[in-house]
Amino acid sequence: MSILINKNSRVVVQGITGSEGQFHSQQMVEYGTNIVAGVTPGKGGIKTINDTIPVFNLVSEAVEQKKANTSIIFVPPPFAADAIIESALSGIDVIVCITEGVPVRDMIKAKEIVKKNNSTLIGPNCPGVITIDECKLGIMPGFICKKGNIGVISKSGTLTYEAIDQLVNVGLGQTTAIGIGGDPVIGTTMKDCLTLFEKDTETEGVVIIGEIGGQMEIEAAQWAQNNMSKPIVGFIAGQTAPPGRRMGHAGAIVSGGDDTAEAKMRILEECGITVAQSVADIGSLMKNIMKTN
Amino acid sequence: MKIHEYQGKILLEKHGVNTPKGIPAFSVEESTNAFKKLDTSPVVVKAQIHAGGRGKGGGVKLARTSQEVEKLANEILGMNLVTPQTGSEGKEVQRLYIESGADIDQEFYAAITLDRNKEKDVFMVSTEGGMEIEKVAEETPEKIIKIWIDPLLGIKRFQASELAYGLNLKGDAFKKAVSIFLKMYNCYVSTDASLLEVNPLVKTKDDHIIALDAKFNFDSNSLFRQSEILEMRDLSEEDPYEVEASNFNLNYIKLDGNVGCMVNGAGLAMATMDIIKLAGGEPANFLDVGGTANAETVKNGFRIILADQNVKAVLINIFGGIVRCDRVANGVVQAVKELGLEVPVVVRLEGTNAKEAQVILKESGVSIIPAIGMNDAAEKVVAVATNTGVK
Repeated sequence: MSILINKNSRVVVQGITGSEGQFHSQQMVEYGTNIVAGVTPGKGGIKTINDTIPVFNLVSEAVEQKKANTSIIFVPPPFAADAIIESALSGIDVIVCITEGVPVRDMIKAKEIVKKNNSTLIGPNCPGVITIDECKLGIMPGFICKKGNIGVISKSGTLTYEAIDQLVNVGLGQTTAIGIGGDPVIGTTMKDCLTLFEKDTETEGVVIIGEIGGQMEIEAAQWAQNNMSKPIVGFIAGQTAPPGRRMGHAGAIVSGGDDTAEAKMRILEECGITVAQSVADIGSLMKNIMKTN
Repeated sequence: MKIHEYQGKILLEKHGVNTPKGIPAFSVEESTNAFKKLDTSPVVVKAQIHAGGRGKGGGVKLARTSQEVEKLANEILGMNLVTPQTGSEGKEVQRLYIESGADIDQEFYAAITLDRNKEKDVFMVSTEGGMEIEKVAEETPEKIIKIWIDPLLGIKRFQASELAYGLNLKGDAFKKAVSIFLKMYNCYVSTDASLLEVNPLVKTKDDHIIALDAKFNFDSNSLFRQSEILEMRDLSEEDPYEVEASNFNLNYIKLDGNVGCMVNGAGLAMATMDIIKLAGGEPANFLDVGGTANAETVKNGFRIILADQNVKAVLINIFGGIVRCDRVANGVVQAVKELGLEVPVVVRLEGTNAKEAQVILKESGVSIIPAIGMNDAAEKVVAVATNTGVK
């Protein structure tokens, strides 16, 4: 098993004819992702990716004609929230939005619609989701991953790769890795992902990678303390970040209170999570825990 | 993005929120002319900088005559204003706002911002206007009234009424406050603000509700559709290196240390700063070269990092996903050759085409210190940074 996506996911790519959409659709197909359709308004009727994938004008057509149930969005920021809403209203179950720079005002509306339609949204501004050797729904380098029993949840793209690389180096593979995104409003929280990993019989341990800003890591840790049977290794980036400055991600800003790296690390530890003080220790800490379990 | 108080008041007025009459002034002469034009006394001479607490630093003063305005303008223009929010280095005042005084009966606090936990905008008011709201929140949280706004519905009249009732307003003042709250929300939404704070919002003795201050922050993701707001940007309020970096699509923030770093991805960039500190060094900057790092980005990144005279060594940490390490390696070689770097450079490349990248670095002949893994990279860069510091 795995979470969110697997080899049976039927994927529609929104924005498939754009340069990002083209490049990453090709990469995803090579990884084994079952892309059944693409959507670009105005380009319906053509075929793309070596003439193999039909392009539709609307997501609803891809759902009706190709039974798509999962979508990935490579649409420019002004139209990304609209693409999310279109997917949700067309009955797509899992929506991954890669787009960086989506206005927050658009996102709080899109998220309401996603919730009302019982869809799951990952992102925006994220590297996507990968279920190892089954389905890659994102832009991460698939070749660094190895099939195994560790789940990975991260706000940051390249830190996800860093964690996966360290896990592989100590001999631990992964079930599913999720980049949830670094924006202030995102579709799926750390707690949501932990809940899914707890239910997944194949996953035996989870790495969570957070950063300064917001309360998401704390909410996840407090939930895990009472509900999670599997061990967690946590890391928080931004110990040296000055307050009041946005560190790249729109959500990564210390605005006072519990959202500093120091406070989050302390609370994670209090909730029974093994906290890596240094980013370089994520893999070895998980290795030690898995040995003793 | 932030704007000045006087610009914020233009936005509020445009949306029907009353503010005192005022005129911005960039010189002493413009200040006295503004006083003449306003034709009222007293006026308030207000320093315009992108930081709060201006009154405490001596940047907001009352004047009754043209001579007083002249004297204050002379004092405040060009002064280095230090407030609790500027840090000890302060900010140079380049603009003033000359504003009519108001006949204040009561002072309130009113603000709208995003509540990240609830994923809704929250509208807050308090009878404790003019005070530091953080203090009120801590000591007497019951004095802050909050309503959360459904993003699909927007604010409803009953919610604005709830806020006005919370301030114990009655009669005409109540009606006016309800209307002001609705207009404030419209202004907040239509400008894509992430914060609109009016402190104080006042009731005058003749029952008018007026915004005496206006603090706005804007969602930078929305600026593409807010040309009016973008025109209000005052680059002199921002760090010149950060502005230059943003022209190259680089995300740079200057810090106080001596180890420069260039990284792809915001999270990895922060983690790199952290591990430099753990290894005993101090990061000189945050620099995220983004998802499309190539030779040109690397070169521009170097230029910006090295403009900081404190930098004694540079760490390049790239985990190639979409970014191909061989391209980054070529960029590093090219940049080192062109810029003739005088500080040691430690390079850690992992991920897509990392092996090819190692070969390129090795065969280039440029003196680059290769590293494997983040520990190794941090230890090496801190070691060389300290050595050059001793020389």
